[in-house]
Amino acid sequence: MIDRYRWYELVLIYAGILLVLAFLLAPFLEAFMVSLRPLEMIFRIPYRFFTDDMSFSAYVSMWSSVPDLPLYIFNSFFIAVSVTVLALACIIPAAYAVSRFTFFGRDAILAAFLGINMIGAAVLIIPLYKLMLAAGLLNTYLAMIIPGAAFSVPTGIFLMRSYFLRIPRELEEAAYVDGAGRLYTLWRVILPVSLPGIMVVAITTFIAAYAQQFLFALTFNAVDEYNPLPMGLYQFFGRERVLWNELMAASLTGILPVLLVYLFLQRHIVAGLTSGAVKE
Amino acid sequence: MTRRRDAFPYLLLLPALALTVAIVAWPLAETFRLSFTDASMKPVTTYVGLANYTKIFRSGFEDIIGRTLLWASLSVALKILLGLLVAVLLNAAVPGRALFRILVMPPWIVPIAIGVFMWSWMYNGQFGMISGVLQRVGLISEPFEFMAYGTSAFIATIVTDVWIGVPLVSLYFLAAMQGISKELYEAAWVDGAGRFYRFRRVTLPLLLPSIATMALLSAIWTFNSFDIIWILTEGGPRGATTTMIIDTYKTAISRFRYGEGAARAVLILLFLSAFTSVYVYLLLRLTRKGGTHD
Repeated sequence: MIDRYRWYELVLIYAGILLVLAFLLAPFLEAFMVSLRPLEMIFRIPYRFFTDDMSFSAYVSMWSSVPDLPLYIFNSFFIAVSVTVLALACIIPAAYAVSRFTFFGRDAILAAFLGINMIGAAVLIIPLYKLMLAAGLLNTYLAMIIPGAAFSVPTGIFLMRSYFLRIPRELEEAAYVDGAGRLYTLWRVILPVSLPGIMVVAITTFIAAYAQQFLFALTFNAVDEYNPLPMGLYQFFGRERVLWNELMAASLTGILPVLLVYLFLQRHIVAGLTSGAVKE
Repeated sequence: MTRRRDAFPYLLLLPALALTVAIVAWPLAETFRLSFTDASMKPVTTYVGLANYTKIFRSGFEDIIGRTLLWASLSVALKILLGLLVAVLLNAAVPGRALFRILVMPPWIVPIAIGVFMWSWMYNGQFGMISGVLQRVGLISEPFEFMAYGTSAFIATIVTDVWIGVPLVSLYFLAAMQGISKELYEAAWVDGAGRFYRFRRVTLPLLLPSIATMALLSAIWTFNSFDIIWILTEGGPRGATTTMIIDTYKTAISRFRYGEGAARAVLILLFLSAFTSVYVYLLLRLTRKGGTHD
């Protein structure tokens, strides 16, 4: 920056950072501490952050309480990846169409997609339930995958469109001069140069799909075998007496894979979100 | 490169349109239709005109609307204010900034429901951290059960909603801040403007369109927020956290009153459209006045 920070400014900044992180990370820290407590120490008054006999035993005992934990994690990943693939297959061609061609109804279609952004899935849950029932999709992965993809398509189209608009048209024109067909051009010329943009859309779609699996699972799925992580643990949570240490151990174990994925990709996520969001 | 009556762009749009029509457009139309019927678990349904709508307003629905508006506006205001603060902190050129940017994101990354389980423990009256810490510092003398009282449950659900929403809002504002040209700051600096003055006179005005955009998006998401309230309170205690979405879900799915639920859903959509229209109008005025970067 232009001028250096004075010492009290630095103190203020770091104090602010610490406060913000305390708020954003406290639940994780507390969940970890609870997962280390023996059950009788959890239900003890007065509250203490550190308690006696802390151990990792909940991470062992949770496997008998939540034996399907690996399945839930797999389901969550499977559903989120499928949502992402299905959504991308719809988003990429559609975004290309609205960014490169003028055709009858284009603005209306764009406006419709913009409007769909504001409709939450919970509002449409009644007909969606009837639709899933009629299509015989209740209690299948597809009942969670198809709506998940549909609700991420509009946002994805706008993100991807702004990326396509920044790619010079000369690239396609050169390909046409060389005699390439339009589908071939899209596949072989445009897609490779759009890979960073596609990555951003893929990652944000994946994270949203992973984070928002509760409603569709709660409404369309009654079979434990297909439950994503949130739903799998919700049953555990809803019991008469919650085994908090095991629930927290299972929650932390369950979110570890997605946190690791995030750590590996965080550079792309932050860079992608920031570049994609500026020019909307 | 477009020929007249060219089918190619339509072909490209086909998958997206097919999915959207099946999962959003048709259910939307069906919701409108159902809202005029007495649809439920019975095999036969009849049209009942506006009966569902009049019934809603005779059952004290104004309270739910008011509560929803209060819930959403408090939550959005907090998300925007806190998001701005976090963005400013994330933007400060201090050592450790890269790590800070990584550490703010987890509430957004993890499944919402899992984050809510954690908060549910934090709010636990007898053994939870918040009540415990408040007792430790002497602010309260007895354990406090947050979910047992309307006001505290209401606030608790907002806090959790803000916690989940802040990371994305901050990152969006950070992006907008980085889009502001450095020369403007340098010019202001040469003129002797201090850091706070520069924020107020350069950053904030140029950020206004982004703030407006985020406020609207955030309002829409918050209005549609389901998981947090459902898991924390299921709308209780005694309806204190029943927002329009929760009420709709309860009516339609838990009580199988599809028609009445659909009428509630239609009212939500009307609210959201009103929001969006006001926003588009304001945004057009803002951009026409100039001072925006796009």
